[in-house]
Amino acid sequence: MTNSSIVVEGLEVRRGGREVLRSVGFTVPTGQVAGLIGPSGCGKTTLMRAIVGVQIVAGGSVTVLGEPAGSPALRRRIGYATQSPSIYADLTVTENLRYFASVLRAPADDVRRVINEVDLADHADQVVAQLSGGQRSRANLAVALLGAPELLVLDEPTVGLDPVLRDDLWAMFHRLAAGGVTLLVSSHVMDEAARCERLLLLREGRLLADDSPEGLRGATGLQDLEQAFLHLVRTQAVGS
Amino acid sequence: MSVAFTLATSRRILTQLRHDHRTVAMLVLVPSLLMVLLRYVLNSQTLFSHFAPALLGVFPFLIMFLVTSVTTLRERTTATLERLMTMPIGKLDLLFGYALAFGLVAVVQVTVAATICLTWLGLDIAGALWTLLLIAVLDALLGMALGLFVSAFATSEFQAIQFMPLFVLPQILLCGLFVPRESMGWLLNALSDLMPLSYAVDALTHVTNSAEIDSTLVVNLLIVAACAVAALVLGAATLRRRTP
Repeated sequence: MTNSSIVVEGLEVRRGGREVLRSVGFTVPTGQVAGLIGPSGCGKTTLMRAIVGVQIVAGGSVTVLGEPAGSPALRRRIGYATQSPSIYADLTVTENLRYFASVLRAPADDVRRVINEVDLADHADQVVAQLSGGQRSRANLAVALLGAPELLVLDEPTVGLDPVLRDDLWAMFHRLAAGGVTLLVSSHVMDEAARCERLLLLREGRLLADDSPEGLRGATGLQDLEQAFLHLVRTQAVGS
Repeated sequence: MSVAFTLATSRRILTQLRHDHRTVAMLVLVPSLLMVLLRYVLNSQTLFSHFAPALLGVFPFLIMFLVTSVTTLRERTTATLERLMTMPIGKLDLLFGYALAFGLVAVVQVTVAATICLTWLGLDIAGALWTLLLIAVLDALLGMALGLFVSAFATSEFQAIQFMPLFVLPQILLCGLFVPRESMGWLLNALSDLMPLSYAVDALTHVTNSAEIDSTLVVNLLIVAACAVAALVLGAATLRRRTP
């Protein structure tokens, strides 16, 4: 029980009369970097919102760090970064982080630490509205890193970043995982998938595959993960 | 409830304002400019003394309504609210943080406008200055709380702006500023009784004409304060941790 950070069982979510997630179930063990991969609109964000406990769900259960998702006790233990930056555009990076740190009761020196981790030290005193898209999304990611959370739920954290920086961030994700942090990272680009230990392929609200990159390559006989994903989509379409 | 969260939120909002010089300038100066305009449009000391105290309450009410409904709507639409709702901060911590920050702005706004009215524009009030300031600040807080509440029903800034004529202008028309409330028909009078701004304007009129702090004044002030608190609590109920 304690070695699973996320346990999702039969999760159903409806939004505006449409089924966004249909009986999704999986488990993410503690200390793993799990990639949530799928095309835009497949339900990735909804699934992440259910895990951080802000999504109204129609059925099934989500257990996070041993507690039902959304429990007050979880609010300091999960770091969540939404896809579009949810930070104050009219504050500087430091001012944003200082506010979120105080709301999380994180230590004051955490602000400097997370700024360095996302490589924004040169822009720390710049107003967020003046930053580039990539810098804004890094500032957004920095908020999720405050207060040493046990689980990080990151929605497309590396979109629009330069390759070197993306590489640095993935190295950080693995470093955090080695230290016992669990990460659920979403992406719609397949080349990110290879960096995860574990892949959850989501399409039209259903979990298409739950495997490691090697396992996926083995099962489909295809080296390229994008091709493997396409193969799964097509065979499943024939099967159903 | 946490005082630290409330104070952190107030500090954050005031810092946001500090980055926006134009908004600060308008918040502080617009009511005063309008009072100066009013003085010279009316061109009569007696008429000005009749209208000015009520407007010292109405202008901050209106401006705070607008500013807070747009600010909170922005917080809802940019998902910073969703992020905060995944954190330990309580809904009331957040709202009281707003109330404290905008309350401070209201104090500055009202003090500047009242000072200009009482000195340059020659306004004469019978009651104590602090009662005038207190009522005007309560009005500003009421506007703020209503703005917070109605922002829950707006999905865009266009809609939020249009709630101003819908929620604020009827109160201004019915509060007794233009026509004494007693001379309205029974229906309008009843509507007027339902609107918190009417009690604020009654209180302001009382302070203008009398130095006495009687029970009617106290009751009027309590009604305004209770409405502000009720709107804040209703506002808290519109903040949801879980959304569809």
